[in-house]
Amino acid sequence: MSTILSLPDQSTARIPKRNYLTNENGILSWLLTGDHKRIAILYLISITFFFFIGGALAGLIRLELLTPQSDLMATDTYNKVFSMHGIIMVFLFLVPSVPATLGNFLIPIMVGAKDLAFPKINLLSWYLYLAGGGLTLWAMITGGVDTGWTFTTPLSTHYVNTNVVTTGLAIFIAGFSSIFTGLNFIVTIHRMRAPGMTWFKMPLFVWSHYAASILMVLGTPVLAITLVLVVLERTIGIGIFDPAKGGDPILFQHLFWFYSHPAVYIMILPGMGVISEVISTFARKRVFGYSAVAFSSVAIAVFGFFVWEHHMFIMGVSNYSTLVFSLLTMLVAVPSAIKIFNWAFTLYKGSITFETPMLYAFGFMGLFTIGGLTGVFLGSSGTDIHLTETYFIVAHFHFVMVGGMLMAFLSGIHFWWPKMTGRMYPEKVSQLAAVITFIGFNFTFFPQFLLGMLGMPRRYAAYPPEFQVLNVFSTAGASILGVGYLLPMIYLVWSLKYGKIAGDNPWQATGLEWQIQSPPLTQNFIEIPVVTQDAYDYEWLERQKEHEVTQLG
Amino acid sequence: MDSHAIALNHAEEPHHDHPAHLRHHFVSLEQQNETVSFGMWLFLLTEVMFFGGMFTAYLIYRNWYYPAFVAGSHTLSIVLGTVNTGVLITSSFTMAMGVWCAETKRQKGLIVSLVLTLILGFAFLGIKAVEYQEKFELHHVPGAHFDAMSFVHPKAEAGQPAEPGLPLDMARKTEVYFSLYFAMTGMHALHMIIGMALLSFMIVKAARGGYSHGNIAFVENFGLYWHFVDIVWIFLFPLLYLISRHQ
Repeated sequence: MSTILSLPDQSTARIPKRNYLTNENGILSWLLTGDHKRIAILYLISITFFFFIGGALAGLIRLELLTPQSDLMATDTYNKVFSMHGIIMVFLFLVPSVPATLGNFLIPIMVGAKDLAFPKINLLSWYLYLAGGGLTLWAMITGGVDTGWTFTTPLSTHYVNTNVVTTGLAIFIAGFSSIFTGLNFIVTIHRMRAPGMTWFKMPLFVWSHYAASILMVLGTPVLAITLVLVVLERTIGIGIFDPAKGGDPILFQHLFWFYSHPAVYIMILPGMGVISEVISTFARKRVFGYSAVAFSSVAIAVFGFFVWEHHMFIMGVSNYSTLVFSLLTMLVAVPSAIKIFNWAFTLYKGSITFETPMLYAFGFMGLFTIGGLTGVFLGSSGTDIHLTETYFIVAHFHFVMVGGMLMAFLSGIHFWWPKMTGRMYPEKVSQLAAVITFIGFNFTFFPQFLLGMLGMPRRYAAYPPEFQVLNVFSTAGASILGVGYLLPMIYLVWSLKYGKIAGDNPWQATGLEWQIQSPPLTQNFIEIPVVTQDAYDYEWLERQKEHEVTQLG
Repeated sequence: MDSHAIALNHAEEPHHDHPAHLRHHFVSLEQQNETVSFGMWLFLLTEVMFFGGMFTAYLIYRNWYYPAFVAGSHTLSIVLGTVNTGVLITSSFTMAMGVWCAETKRQKGLIVSLVLTLILGFAFLGIKAVEYQEKFELHHVPGAHFDAMSFVHPKAEAGQPAEPGLPLDMARKTEVYFSLYFAMTGMHALHMIIGMALLSFMIVKAARGGYSHGNIAFVENFGLYWHFVDIVWIFLFPLLYLISRHQ
């Protein structure tokens, strides 16, 4: 196994004295910062915090499901636990995961700008996230909420007596954090590109964030107003979703999924951007079919707005609309497949190395493909009626979200860790963590496909005894998975002090972010670059290096 | 394709004078202004989607419960609604004047325009409050105290014959109409209140001469916001007040 890792001589290497981490000191310089890189770090810390809370709740769910009876907790406690797991993981982890951390950090650098277009709004979005997150925790501590993450009416408006209003407002606030992030990205990508950085020279990471941002900006406001209407229905009793008053709960479903299906693509598209960068770097090849991959991101964003009704096949919607939405759902598979095939062709005849980010990227490709293909089962209305509301659904979206997005997130965190901190993570133990995550993931969620096919319904604390074997497998896998997530937490923190000095470009990657110092200066570039090379142009990188040598000589 | 960012040549930068309000991460003032205005338009697009959810609900229920929507609409005061529309359009005019005054560096004119806009905003909300109060008295506010009986047996108003009553089933659906009425006008009023808070902030800043050095992007973009809120009302007024008025 060859390696492309090129670290500077460790005995003489130094982290640059002036960088965005050392530019200013004191807690206020962080809390009032306008620097997109510092805000990214703030986001990284806070979403990691919420990820481990959501993960702990997942652990409780799996422990309860170890036995067929509901013995660890009361059934309504179980309802609250899985609701909070979903709410935290979807709104406070998956939606902001890659965009708010890696996107925030990298997009201005990748397009050759000194910062995002609106630094103050960027900081505001973090505070809104904290406010939303804090309110969610408050709702959890003061009694929880048991509607599931979907706030389904009339359950949420009439029949439960838990903190729906608090949680709804929390998600409303967190939603604005997402809107502002997306808005900032779109404006930055349109208006802040460096001279020569045309649309088709942008890294695919930027393209996929552009597509995700469109979804954030157009979808999230609809969720916001829907939650406002739910809150108004619960507090003063307006009747827009209330069948007793002439309203229609199905309208809630339409409005909710109009956001929440695109939200799935908000979660996965930035991850796909990470994978494009990682695969190209560790295969030492241009991404095959650059423009096809770029446009497939936009196509996913556009199609993503026209498939929401596939969440409602069993809710009494008309057969004709089911037919249309089923067809449209199949169409989303096309741009997703374009991406997978293009990544595979990028690997073909590449000089592949197996650093940790690449291992996670392989995990992503395999697991996302399984998750995507099982999505086709659910998109065809016939099989959906059999499989919906079973563990098949749970397994499907965990394959896409955890197997896909979380793998991409970890891949990206490892890949850009040297850039963000100036230090390398320890390679061997992180490779081990990647493998443990992959094994643990499959053990956890593959049995759930089988459980779903056998008909085990989701959202129940108890189940018939014949399902126990597979559930024990799943719980055992979850504990392996937990180790896989704790390991990076430990060694990444360790590497902040003891990691090897990374140097500017340890991966010999081509992106603009690798041509500046690590960690970068507060203003990113000493001089705004003039871009002449295409994205992923490794020959250009070679020429740059030769040029440097002759200059020194 | 927007090639603005590309067209900027950083080599020219030293020749630019460097105004105090050029933020450090922009190359030129032109880029900064275009960026801010683009961001504002995009924000307004999110606002369109925000109100869009309610307009969708309106579209569906109006088709389902048309007689109830007609009856509900007829209880609204067309006089007050028209006056309020006039008030709001006038406030958009004073706001536009404010932006013009800011562009031409007329500090006094700017303050007068902004104060007038604020006063007209208060007038709009005052008239709206009168209308809301009437709904409370008639038990037309959705919720526990809602009473649809006045739509089953409408009372004759002074000088006008009583409208024919609705069947009880349909009369109850007026609650959906009033739910939408309060949700839509309420969200609109909330946007006005936010706008008026920003207006007060701008008046204070303008009085201190804050917009006399050419840094008027905030005034311009607030103008866009205020016009947007106005336009929302231009849709709400016919949809809520003018259903089947010709009968």
